[in-house]
Amino acid sequence: MGVILLLPLGAVIVRALSGGVQPLIDAFHDANALHGLKLSVILAAIALVANGIVGVGGAMVLIRHRFFGRRFLDTLIDLPLAVSPVMTGLAFLLIFGRGGWFEPLLDSIGWKVTFAFPGLVLATLFVTFPFTLREVGYVLEELGTTEEEAASTLGASPWNTFRLVTLPNIRYGLGYGIILTVARSLGEFGAVLVLGGAISGKTETATTFIYNALEERQEAAAYIMALVLAVASILLLVGLEWMKHQRNKEL
Amino acid sequence: MSIRVSNLNKRFGSFVAVDDVSLEIPSGDLVAFLGPSGSGKSTILRIIAGLETADSGSVFFNGEVADHLHARARGVGFVFQHYALFRHMTVMENIAFGLRVQGASRQKQTTRVHELLSLMGLEGMGDRYPTQLSGGQRQRVALARALAPEPKVLLLDEPFGAVDAKVREELRHWLRRLHDEVHVTSIFVTHDQEEAFSVADRVIVIHRGRVEQSGSPEEILDQPATEFVARFIGEANVYEATVNDGIAQVGALPVPATGIPNDTKATLVIRFYDLKFWRDDQGMATVVRTMTLGDRIKVEAVIDDAGTIFSQFPRRSSLLRGIEPGCRIHIEVTTARAYPQGGHV
Repeated sequence: MGVILLLPLGAVIVRALSGGVQPLIDAFHDANALHGLKLSVILAAIALVANGIVGVGGAMVLIRHRFFGRRFLDTLIDLPLAVSPVMTGLAFLLIFGRGGWFEPLLDSIGWKVTFAFPGLVLATLFVTFPFTLREVGYVLEELGTTEEEAASTLGASPWNTFRLVTLPNIRYGLGYGIILTVARSLGEFGAVLVLGGAISGKTETATTFIYNALEERQEAAAYIMALVLAVASILLLVGLEWMKHQRNKEL
Repeated sequence: MSIRVSNLNKRFGSFVAVDDVSLEIPSGDLVAFLGPSGSGKSTILRIIAGLETADSGSVFFNGEVADHLHARARGVGFVFQHYALFRHMTVMENIAFGLRVQGASRQKQTTRVHELLSLMGLEGMGDRYPTQLSGGQRQRVALARALAPEPKVLLLDEPFGAVDAKVREELRHWLRRLHDEVHVTSIFVTHDQEEAFSVADRVIVIHRGRVEQSGSPEEILDQPATEFVARFIGEANVYEATVNDGIAQVGALPVPATGIPNDTKATLVIRFYDLKFWRDDQGMATVVRTMTLGDRIKVEAVIDDAGTIFSQFPRRSSLLRGIEPGCRIHIEVTTARAYPQGGHV
């Protein structure tokens, strides 16, 4: 198991460093590589903030309230985990792309979604949607509502109850979900490729940069970008473990 | 502050948790809601606190309707069964929470917290986290936290259910003493009759979402209003027999059953301690075994042509002289309660 998990990571690191440090430095002078990396980081940041807010809010509604269609909604949230990202990209292409349902509307306000930044955001948000919501939901369910009830009998407003009681209690679950979100968004390939088109210097993310570099036989550049992503993965993994440990300790 | 509840109803799906409950609690009283689990007593308490909404009926504080008030605006202190302490806050932060969210000054918070720490015997524990405390200490922190904003009403939901027997006993005495000092109108929910009788001024027996009886511990013990109360309170033998001339014949044992018409089937409830046994070879029952329960002895016997009967005596009671397994005995029923069958159970 460990071998299966670690071998590819090790192979990437060894291959990327085989040519010495110079290609590494060169790679960081490549405008397209830098742009791709920057774009990936921006997308991850947007996914982090959006999922942080929507994830907490969504989990509160889903776990704490009983309403018509709750079960259906609960199932729907896992949809991004079940469908292939390529299919996701294709579906959005059908909706927003040329001849798509919303094309006239988008044209009239001068917005371009497909093969542009909004498309990348859309693809990233879709594929990362379940993570924070699920993790926060799990912690909320374990916690129950008595601490919140206690806060309200002590005179706390809903905002104070959330800020002083709920939020501190879910912080590690939230952190865990957010790290998963960041990892997923940095690693996303299929949806951003189909919906964004991987145009160099425009809609090319870190992962699609690797794909394009391999296509163009610039293997050194590909491996170096892969190395950067691998390092990010390791850091995220360490963060993930720490959050998980803290969360389990508190529950 | 007095509490009045009128015609309260609450269902969870098809389950009727509270069934047309009305009750009144005078200002400054310490009252117990006593009943088996699932009887609806906690639900009534939660409706009074505003944590649950009734389907119909009203709650009044000092004669004023409180139904529209959110839990945070009711000025009620609530103590939860499993403490519900804020796990990421220290003992001091927990106790200060109510004052903090109500905007009290830091100085006032500190003064009040220290006052309560000493009242609760928690000095020196202010900086600990809930996980570093024993069950009894946690429950006292929960009480201190509820009392800090000086509530007009204190509600306790099975407050001692989660601690062991010895600590429970201490906490009971301690709640009684606290109430005698602070005089805040208090209701606590329990399924433990000893707890209800030893702590409360008044006990309200609740069963299947209804009030069975409300009264002083003595009234409930000596004059059970319904068959349920008679069965539930104290340990009792229960028989069914037909009444004739005020006597119900349980096998060979005559049981007084006053106030029941002739030829009526009745349920008879005889407390373990409302019986007299003595050795008599011409008696009507045979002793099966005796069990020592600390300072009391429980005797199991079989009545001729009827079932088992239990009785309980102080360990050194003269009534026990000569009583041993296998011997014949005479039984006298000093007090029994008879309820016509088909009545409210």
